[in-house]
Amino acid sequence: MNVADNAFILICAALVMFMTPGLALFYGGLVRSKNVLATIMQSFIMLGLMSVLWAVIGYTLSFGHDIGGIIGGLDFAFLNGVGMDNVGSPAENLPHMTFMIFQCMFAVITPALISGAFAERMKFGGFMVFSALWLILVYAPMCHWVWGGGWMGQMGALDFAGGAVVHMSSGAAALCCAILIGKRKGHGSTAFIPHNLPMTILGAAILWFGWFGFNAGSALAADGLAANAFVTTHMAAAAAALSWIVAEWVHGGKATTLGAASGAVAGLVAITPAAGFITPMWAIVLGLAAGVVCYGGIMLKNRFGYDDALDVVGIHGVGGTFGALATGVLATVGAEGLIAGNAHQVWVQFVSVVATWGFCFAMTFVIFKAVDATIGLRATDEEQDRGMDVSEHSETGYQM
Amino acid sequence: MKKIEIITRTFKLDDVKTALAGAGVKGMTVAEVKGFGRQGGHKEVYRGAEYQVDFVPKIKIDVVVEDGLAGQVVEAARKAAHTGQVGDGKIFVSPVEEVVRIRTGETGDDAV
Repeated sequence: MNVADNAFILICAALVMFMTPGLALFYGGLVRSKNVLATIMQSFIMLGLMSVLWAVIGYTLSFGHDIGGIIGGLDFAFLNGVGMDNVGSPAENLPHMTFMIFQCMFAVITPALISGAFAERMKFGGFMVFSALWLILVYAPMCHWVWGGGWMGQMGALDFAGGAVVHMSSGAAALCCAILIGKRKGHGSTAFIPHNLPMTILGAAILWFGWFGFNAGSALAADGLAANAFVTTHMAAAAAALSWIVAEWVHGGKATTLGAASGAVAGLVAITPAAGFITPMWAIVLGLAAGVVCYGGIMLKNRFGYDDALDVVGIHGVGGTFGALATGVLATVGAEGLIAGNAHQVWVQFVSVVATWGFCFAMTFVIFKAVDATIGLRATDEEQDRGMDVSEHSETGYQM
Repeated sequence: MKKIEIITRTFKLDDVKTALAGAGVKGMTVAEVKGFGRQGGHKEVYRGAEYQVDFVPKIKIDVVVEDGLAGQVVEAARKAAHTGQVGDGKIFVSPVEEVVRIRTGETGDDAV
């Protein structure tokens, strides 16, 4: 066990924890004022629900002994055998508990990311059940496949900090949910204008800050690799913020603050799988491309007619996919991608992309249909008119 | 007594307030309002989605004055709020039947 690594990863876990309230603000500012609390709640309460589920069952399904490359065994259920020493810890330099709680924060934010797709129209009770099932049936298997000794990791797929596990999975789920739940009432005729962009910008800044824990911490040690991931993360976010506003300047006429914030998040998403595998200069190139690619990504919903309210598909789905493929091309640090002469890596990344989208979309479809049929997920038109804050939570975000 | 309602540009509030005080107005009520007229609205863009916003933010100032003061108050407000561009606003003048000062119970011109 290494005490310096332990100190670093515990702090990183706290940084990643802070991303979820950051996301709550990022999303909260983008909705109309009558839905601000319901939207914030769908992120914030994941700190409650996912943390408990993770300790009880999620962690062991992800990191218990490998069963056929598909899922983890029940050895660590109820945190059995997850102690203060490194016995059984997937990272030998860390106490098992440290590794567990760091991973816990990833499990918290991933279902919260999806909530942007069905914002302003999902009932809270159904949402909680959907999210709980999603953690167990989608997140835990994905996490096991990539990091827990499952088939994707065995195949050699590169995912440094969660491009597939966190971003592609939530992006695929978001697409499925947006299609199944249907458009918000008034979509196409009502102006869905963000009610508080300063809140959104602050949320994006908190995400950026927390992302250092997410990516640098994924080195699982306080070493040079962590430094590389920290630097590439920052450079990709910076470059994507720039390229997004240039893209919209050219395309739409003005550079917007929402564009700068969205671009930064797009860059952070795209660098996530690549952070520890590429150099800073390639991170800038990746970020510049990610800003433009995700700007295109948010246009998809208009072309195909689904109401992905807060652009989870466009930013996390498209950005995560782009990042995963780019990792296969640009990897030169501790792994070899196309530019290092290993074309096979691109194929491996492609397989992981297809499998992630296919599995997450299909499983989300099943969970959504099951919860919708039993509990119900879509709020009625009247409830949407009143606003989800009053109709689902009996409170309002702002008093006159 | 006359009630004078002035709809003006938001950035003209201070100028109009000063001009009204100079013309002998002793109190006023101000509200932020939205509306549209010939000026029309503007376009807003969020992540590439374009929205036409029809209602333009304006300031509405209400004052009530004695009949004899109304002419000069209106003229002072008009001069202060004037830019010459479409969207300068409007002034409405209407008769007021009664005014009551709540603290003392005075009525009419004494209460203004």
